[in-house]
Amino acid sequence: MDKIKCECGHVNPEGTVLCEACGKPIEGNQHIDGNDKKTLLNMRYEGSARRSKTYTNSIVDKIWSFFSSVKVGVWLIVIALIASALGTIYPQAEYIPPEAVSRDPAVFYEATYGITGKIYYQLGLHELYGSWWYMILLALIGVSLVICSLDRYIPLRRALKIQKPKRHETFIKRQRFFSETEHVTTDEIHSVKEKLQQQRYKITEENGHILAEKGRFSRWGPYVNHIGLIIILIAALLRQTPLLFLDEYVWVREGEQTVIPGTDGEYYIENKKFIFETYSEEDGEIYKEALEKQEAMVPKNYQTNAVIYKKKGETVAGADPELEVVKEAEIRMNEPAKIGNGFTLYQAGYQLNEFHTMSFKVHRTDDQNEKALGTFTVDMNNPKHEYELDNGLTVKIDQYYPEYELDDGEPRSISKFPRNPAFVFLIYPPNETKPEVSFVGIGKNIDPTNENEYKLGIVDFDMRHVSGLTVRKDYTLPIFILGALIFMIGVIQGMYWQHRRIWIHPKGNGVLLAAHTNKNWHALKQNIEKAIANTSIKIVEDQQELDKDVSKRGGES
Amino acid sequence: MSLEQRKANKAHKMKKRFIFRSIILILMLAAIVYALVANFNKDKSIYRAGDQAPDFKLEQINANNELESIQLSELKGKGVMLNFWATYCKPCEAEMPFMEKLYPEYKEKGIEIVAVNLDVNTLVVDRFIDKYDLTFPILPDHKEQVMDLYKVGKLPSTFFIDENGVIVDKVDGALTLENLEKQFQKILPKK
Repeated sequence: MDKIKCECGHVNPEGTVLCEACGKPIEGNQHIDGNDKKTLLNMRYEGSARRSKTYTNSIVDKIWSFFSSVKVGVWLIVIALIASALGTIYPQAEYIPPEAVSRDPAVFYEATYGITGKIYYQLGLHELYGSWWYMILLALIGVSLVICSLDRYIPLRRALKIQKPKRHETFIKRQRFFSETEHVTTDEIHSVKEKLQQQRYKITEENGHILAEKGRFSRWGPYVNHIGLIIILIAALLRQTPLLFLDEYVWVREGEQTVIPGTDGEYYIENKKFIFETYSEEDGEIYKEALEKQEAMVPKNYQTNAVIYKKKGETVAGADPELEVVKEAEIRMNEPAKIGNGFTLYQAGYQLNEFHTMSFKVHRTDDQNEKALGTFTVDMNNPKHEYELDNGLTVKIDQYYPEYELDDGEPRSISKFPRNPAFVFLIYPPNETKPEVSFVGIGKNIDPTNENEYKLGIVDFDMRHVSGLTVRKDYTLPIFILGALIFMIGVIQGMYWQHRRIWIHPKGNGVLLAAHTNKNWHALKQNIEKAIANTSIKIVEDQQELDKDVSKRGGES
Repeated sequence: MSLEQRKANKAHKMKKRFIFRSIILILMLAAIVYALVANFNKDKSIYRAGDQAPDFKLEQINANNELESIQLSELKGKGVMLNFWATYCKPCEAEMPFMEKLYPEYKEKGIEIVAVNLDVNTLVVDRFIDKYDLTFPILPDHKEQVMDLYKVGKLPSTFFIDENGVIVDKVDGALTLENLEKQFQKILPKK
């Protein structure tokens, strides 16, 4: 537990591998960074003492040292990966298909997937991503990130602050770039110094020992980007509160008014018109060539002309509330509408051409000209039970299938939306009580008896569009942006700059020259070549080849 | 530096480190607790067993039933089966005959069926009522207000509410005759 005093006089914290001041390897600690098996020194974290590896007094220290291990962090990530993968074996509870006989998870998984489904359910994997243990797992990764960063940043900063130009000879000799020159004049050293300064190296000197350093701040890159990650994690945490974040979706048909989900019935939207525009030749010559290449239509604009209403006063849900217009908005792609209370509506989807109304005529089956004996118009969303025609005919709607489909020979509708409407009509001729049956749909006109006197035909129809809008409230976005920005700054800091150091160590009549960088060794060598030009100082040798155990050398992280 | 001084210095440093680490750990623990609580509360915004069923009022359109409109709060004292359904939904269609079969008997015993319909037009609903000779109240929710209130996603979804207006159970998906009867037993008003 005692501090280690180096022969240079500096007192290092317990667990130091290389003296913070002079870099001399500290006896007995070389195994920590694996220096005992190599000729070169491991310069990661400057050989500083990661405190966590040494002090484990109290429970706080024990927790701290557990999370400060990168190994633990990697394991947490691996466990989270495996857990996330397990959650994809069967659908999550929220994706149980609506047509399932029972959507109760307790029944569904066993009924659909058998015994493995039952186990899946009992292990709680059907609600994995929202489960407390999965969230705790993610949180632990966050904790590991914070502690790992702190535990490396603080000693690294300390070591770089304390470092002295005068380094121990062993430290110099065990650097990757090294050379020894027997005879060097003071003028030559002076010229090297000047040329290093010209290359924007910062020079510090101590008794003829020279340290030239630049780009130290690139060493903080990884820590800055971890701060960014932590801010992003905090933002993700805040998204849990509906106060700060809500995400809903609403479909609204032209001419209809509906409640905006997520607003607790406070806001309503009416779709006046949905506009879908495509590029055409009228848009100008410049589009012509591009349009010809494209076989499909090229969308130009998706737009909902909407009216937003706010509820006035308190009403029971279901009763028609009194509404007041808040705003009229044209909502386009990338031009959302802010409706108040932090809610924003985004154009997010559409369905074209739902049938709105359809007009039919009745004519005699044997009439070649199909002369209309009477016509009537059906509102697809509010069809009447019967229609009386001018000439005394009565048409009753026996069955209506908004989205018709044959299901095992049985006609039925698969949704409430009139996308493929079909009808069973009963035609009552004047003064008759026995009707004729006709089946009319899109491209279908069936007379089941083949004896019908009257026939129906579609004469006209009217379509309308449906607009899909995302309803979102998000106060966390600025925090995400801040986190992402800081993350990016950290990445740039660590990527585009390198921390380069060159040591000139007088020995007898000559000098020892050593250099270290965290990356881009080639550029460092060029810097040195420039600096020692026209002097007798030997260029540094790359000693890495001398090291037999170098295969697993990595960067700092 | 004397040995005494060095010891004091060291003790001071260790104390500082202990405080620093403790603060960081407590902050992170607080964040985790917050995340878990917030996540737990998010689930609570959906009404489930044990919650008071929120009130609503809708018109009644089944010609076989004498009621003109229904407000849930006015059914206090009765057990209520609140069913969300639509004609195009197959599992809904499957459970309807069971509901009709049990309705007359349990109506006597103080249970009301409230079937909130989510079709757009009433014609299909009328035809459906005729097909199965339904007699319990059917309430169209054209603006999907009640559906939004109860956060109903997929159909059918059924809430069983006791005589005090408290949700006793929620069933997603179709009910069998046997299950339905069991549920009815649970919400039978105590005389």
